[in-house]
Amino acid sequence: MKLLTHNMLTSKCMKGVTVGYPLGINVSDVRVSEVDFNPEFVAKIIPKLDWPVLYNAAESIGQLEDLPKEVIDNFENDREFLKKVHHVLLEVDIINGELICPETGRKFPINNGIPNMLLNEDEI
Amino acid sequence: MFPCLKLKYLEERLQCISEFEKPKILLEQYVTPSHLGSHMLYTIQVSQYGDIDGKLVADLGSGCGALSVGAGVLDASLVIGFEIDSDALDIFTENIIDHELTNVDAVQCDVLKHLPNRFDKTFDTVLMNPPFGTKHNAGIDMKFLETALRLSKNSVYSLHKTSTRNHVLKYAESLGAKGEVLAELHYDLPSTYKFHKKHSVDIEVDFYRFII
Ligand SMILES: C[S@@+](CC[C@H](N)C(=O)[O-])C[C@H]1O[C@@H](n2cnc3c(N)ncnc32)[C@H](O)[C@@H]1O
Repeated sequence: MKLLTHNMLTSKCMKGVTVGYPLGINVSDVRVSEVDFNPEFVAKIIPKLDWPVLYNAAESIGQLEDLPKEVIDNFENDREFLKKVHHVLLEVDIINGELICPETGRKFPINNGIPNMLLNEDEI
Repeated sequence: MFPCLKLKYLEERLQCISEFEKPKILLEQYVTPSHLGSHMLYTIQVSQYGDIDGKLVADLGSGCGALSVGAGVLDASLVIGFEIDSDALDIFTENIIDHELTNVDAVQCDVLKHLPNRFDKTFDTVLMNPPFGTKHNAGIDMKFLETALRLSKNSVYSLHKTSTRNHVLKYAESLGAKGEVLAELHYDLPSTYKFHKKHSVDIEVDFYRFII
């Protein structure tokens, strides 16, 4: 699971959960793999991200490197910055671990890179 | 690469997809045939619309990943496959690894029930070959379509039975989207998917593009 995917996932569909975001992360296994860098794509996606959530997620799994705490001005034209964001969003892959609902503590296992967000009937 | 070589290459890549080991009839698990899948993807990216390269792409009911792998090969920035079934996802993962793709991700969830709405209007392009629906889940492909139109901010590509064409177009319109049939296909549901006694059933299917 990429951190871009994590940035969108919530547990809001659970009964009694109002926001369900951001999901906490416990990892046992992270892999970094090379992905083609497309600066336009990264520049387009940045305004849609919850930046603090991305920052905290990267930090909590020890993959922060030197990602700035805030989005910089004029980021569209800063290749260096876009490259760092690209790395954190798309090259870091959580292979095994779990996501945690911030309100109920419900855990969603991540196995083989895939988070299991399925809920039981009595949780909806 | 010359366009015609690209089509051939794509088809060859999709021919090496591992398939469902024990397809589950209720989930309508069958793989989009490589010939059909490669022509769909070729239309979506190469010959017509450029809706995959550099885009954020979703694949709803991603199964073993035929469409996800194809979109990955065509340089989507990221493809996210959404699939309910663990066995299908195991094969999906195997296919992603075999094809050496690093731009494909997956989430296990019920597309119709708990797909977080933070995903709304996030994807450039949504692809799907949804379950067509049988007696006990009639209309399931329309529910998939509703979800797809919610997730996409640009376009949705999908397959639906030709017999339901008027209904599909009207339904899309009622959700504020404009549908267009790009091609009529004969879909040979494979013999592994035996809901009839015959070895395979040829059904007529439309390939759609919906614009949000
Ligand atoms: C016709 S197959 C298509 C598989 C693959 N996309 C392909 O093109 O080869 C439909 C897929 O949808 C999945 N599916 C059915 N109902 C679902 C649901 N409610 N949520 C998520 N996936 C579902 C099935 O398990 C199956 O893998």
